[in-house]
Amino acid sequence: MTKETLKYAFLQTLPVLFGYLFMGIAFGILLERAGYNFIWAFFISSIVYAGSMQFVLIGLLGGGMGLFSMILLTLSVQSRHIFYGLSFIEKFKVMGKAGWYMIFSLTDETYSLLCGMKIPKELNEKKVFFTVAALDQSYWIAGCTLGAILGGFIGFDTTGIDFAMTALFVVIFIEQWYGFQSHIPAMVGIACGLAALIIFGANAFILPALIASVCLLLVFKNSIKQGESQEVCQ
Amino acid sequence: MNPEFSTPLLVVLIVALCTFATRFLPFALFGGGKEVPAIVKSLGVLLPPAVIAILVVYCLKGVNFMIPPNGFPEFIAIGIVAFLHIWKRNNLLSIGGGTVAYMLLVQMVFV
Repeated sequence: MTKETLKYAFLQTLPVLFGYLFMGIAFGILLERAGYNFIWAFFISSIVYAGSMQFVLIGLLGGGMGLFSMILLTLSVQSRHIFYGLSFIEKFKVMGKAGWYMIFSLTDETYSLLCGMKIPKELNEKKVFFTVAALDQSYWIAGCTLGAILGGFIGFDTTGIDFAMTALFVVIFIEQWYGFQSHIPAMVGIACGLAALIIFGANAFILPALIASVCLLLVFKNSIKQGESQEVCQ
Repeated sequence: MNPEFSTPLLVVLIVALCTFATRFLPFALFGGGKEVPAIVKSLGVLLPPAVIAILVVYCLKGVNFMIPPNGFPEFIAIGIVAFLHIWKRNNLLSIGGGTVAYMLLVQMVFV
């Protein structure tokens, strides 16, 4: 890797640096509070490497959710990634072994950086792609691990800090509300979530809520006007 | 193996595997240049807002409206997050501000 590649990639990833450190630290503190130390934080951010799903994961660690529910929950939370990969099939294919890492590390933030970059001609695109992806994950791992270490030392009362996860989902919800022309998918989710919560109770509502949402969206998909928000790059 | 170690380890591995599966799926299915089925495309676009809405409900599943503080801290803090976000559209400000507000509410106001 040349110095120029690293410098260019670092400047491109600066916004992600701050975002990942902040959210990573919040994740680490929550994980530590749930009883899992920084080694877990390092391990999880290294092999799972997902924002919202890692927050959901904290609640699953103790066991209690069935295998099938857990698989469906993860696949649904991450379903948007199916869409991301479609933009990069040709580009990652020619990257060899590094291509596997690119597929693994294609988070929302890395995806939007890769989509938006205007790489200077003198730099090698494949190396820039890989460096950006690796830098992003290193920020995330650093944030998560640091948060879990700090969590053990924080002197003030951290009661209520778990609200960071709720706040994160509310923010994503608002962003998607703006991004979509149709609000039907969001409202289907709220309706199915609440109905399933009332019918099945707090510990068993996720799976029925997800299945009901998928079915309703498939039934209504032709009448939902799809927004232009889903930027397909290239 | 000690279940206090093996259970979370298994959960992490399953979530990691499923996460990788969603990232790998488009390459596995359409790497050969095949056309993406319309139903997959539709779900990829339509499912995320619904799932996020369900996750908001998931975060609030433990709130009991029948006993004090009747969910007030949660709804006030969500209002603050929404207000900050609609106003500034800055993720860190909205999440940070809302979380601090919630911590103050549960530690000092609704104790």
